[in-house]
Amino acid sequence: MEEKEQLETHEKERRDFLSCLGSVLVCGATAVAASAVSPQATAATPGVTPGSQPPAIPGYDWTEHRWAFGVDATKCIGCLRCVEACKKENDVPLDAHHFRTWVERYVTLEGEDTARIDSQADPVNIEASGSEVEYRFADRYKDAKVEKAFFVPKLCNQCTHPACVQVCPTGATYKTKDGVVLIDHTYCIGCQYCVQACPYGARYFDERRNVTDKCTWCYHRITKGLQPACVEVCPTGARIFGDRNDKQSPISQFIRDNQVQVLRRETGNAPNVFYVGIDKEVI
Amino acid sequence: MHPLFEISPFTGYVYPNETIISWTVLIVVYPYLTGLVAGAFTISSLYQVFGFQRLKPVAHFALLVSLCCMVVVPLPLLLHLGHPERAFNAMITPHLTSAFAIFSYAAAFYVILLVLETWFVFRPHIVHMAQSKTGLLGWYYRILTLGSYDLSEKAVRYDRKWIYVLAIIGIPGAHGLHGYVGFVFGSLKSREWWSSDLMPAIFLFSAIISGTALLIVLYVASCKLRRVPVDVPCLKGMAYALWGFMMFTLLLEGVEFASLVYRAREGIDVILEFVKGPLIVPFFILQFGVGSVLPLLVITFMIWRGTTGNALVAGVTACATLVLLSVLMMRWNVVIGGQEISKTGRGLLAYHPTILGREGLLAAGVVLAIPVILLMVMVRLFPPWVEDTTSATATAGAQ
Repeated sequence: MEEKEQLETHEKERRDFLSCLGSVLVCGATAVAASAVSPQATAATPGVTPGSQPPAIPGYDWTEHRWAFGVDATKCIGCLRCVEACKKENDVPLDAHHFRTWVERYVTLEGEDTARIDSQADPVNIEASGSEVEYRFADRYKDAKVEKAFFVPKLCNQCTHPACVQVCPTGATYKTKDGVVLIDHTYCIGCQYCVQACPYGARYFDERRNVTDKCTWCYHRITKGLQPACVEVCPTGARIFGDRNDKQSPISQFIRDNQVQVLRRETGNAPNVFYVGIDKEVI
Repeated sequence: MHPLFEISPFTGYVYPNETIISWTVLIVVYPYLTGLVAGAFTISSLYQVFGFQRLKPVAHFALLVSLCCMVVVPLPLLLHLGHPERAFNAMITPHLTSAFAIFSYAAAFYVILLVLETWFVFRPHIVHMAQSKTGLLGWYYRILTLGSYDLSEKAVRYDRKWIYVLAIIGIPGAHGLHGYVGFVFGSLKSREWWSSDLMPAIFLFSAIISGTALLIVLYVASCKLRRVPVDVPCLKGMAYALWGFMMFTLLLEGVEFASLVYRAREGIDVILEFVKGPLIVPFFILQFGVGSVLPLLVITFMIWRGTTGNALVAGVTACATLVLLSVLMMRWNVVIGGQEISKTGRGLLAYHPTILGREGLLAAGVVLAIPVILLMVMVRLFPPWVEDTTSATATAGAQ
């Protein structure tokens, strides 16, 4: 009888121990999982969470939007207000080596087969402006016979199949449901594999914070119903932004009414910046 | 105060964000070290698994070389990371579509395998030392025995079985680890210079020759330091292995380069401009000429003439040194060369490494020196020379 009681006590102790162990494991796993997926409070862009979690923005449902960007190169005058606005809006380092957006100038001279290309970051243009934080295209072709010339604004293409997201070893950079590629700066390890993988040169390493950065189409603005800063300041309407889910949005009309093309289609990245008015020289 | 970043001068048109080279000399050192690991392990396995008896004098040494290089492999990566303290993020939440995500797991697995195999190989020596040494060193070896002092024939046979199994697993492990490093570069479609299906194979074969060459140099140096004669058949065996694998490497590199030029896709003009200009010294002269063709010819000549004795030792060692330089240049030309060709296909950049700083030449040199220093300690703690281990085993067995 005594033996039986002893056995029961042992059995109970064992059950208690296992149940306690189970609780510890569950709590531990939950804590690890929570720390792994929810650095929400410190996410890079306010209100943006990584992975499949919706952004914590009141009244914003990321499943209801499909953002896209259009560039009408025939309207761009190379004033570079977009570059300036972007730098200010997004705290981009004020030098000639870090850009979320930039503008390229393509000039074909008479008798030449290929275009000469430069951007506002070209040393000649910096010299003309007198500073790395003043953006200007120098009048460098004034004595030449120009056959064709045009400007092409560039920015992150927020690809449907982004190579940068594919190669990120931690998942710090990710594709949102509304079509933008974001970076969780609190999770990025700064390996720069994504910088290498982007065929468009859209990413840069921010040495101040030791993480990579790039254009987000001003995600903090568009999720509040505002336009990206570069679109807002463009004086000619060369930059178009909107929701493709809305058939009447400027971008839906732009894509519908024009024969648009994308950059480096052969990469298979499926970019979401649609261009009008560029020619074969554009890279 | 060191500047936050170094700007690379350029010609033609490059994207504005490209003017700071992302992957520096440390990322040259990283595949170089993993290559040495794979190469040294190959030589060890040729004896342990395939029974190449003439490589017996260096088989255990090769294992130590492999281990010493492998434990340092993460260091250049950690030095390069913007946030090294977050490195474990890649292990906690590996993003499985990334070629880089499994690195920490693969590397950790391989370090464990190497440590295990080394333990089994040196167990007789560890037991002997644990029984004969006192003080701190005695404690160290007694801990390393893990409580197992059995050196009976049955136990030693059991150890050999483990060594054999681990060496077999290690072959795909080491080669997979390095082939994957090639994939990290070859799988990127953003750079024509890297984007090649042959990249993993090229990395792998050049890894094997670099590891073999390192073993030759270290083995001859250790013989000189220990004042013992070099085992000529063993050295010849390594020279043959070097020669054979070099043929493959050269062939693969040749085919890859020819394909790149023959395909002549967009941007080839700039690539050719790069090849004919900045690449002449690092690629054609150092990597290809002095580092590959010359040693290949010299070794061929020595095999043909039946050279032996001191002339063979000097010749093979000199060739091995050149091969080490060649493979380092190959890593440089891939990693740095790839970034010097702009993604625009319309411009070239020039990388000028800094001497000081976290990603400078000095840091890279220190990273490369650490395995050698580690090895100097390890060979004292675990003498890998066959005559030493044999006598150690014999002594231990007699106790």
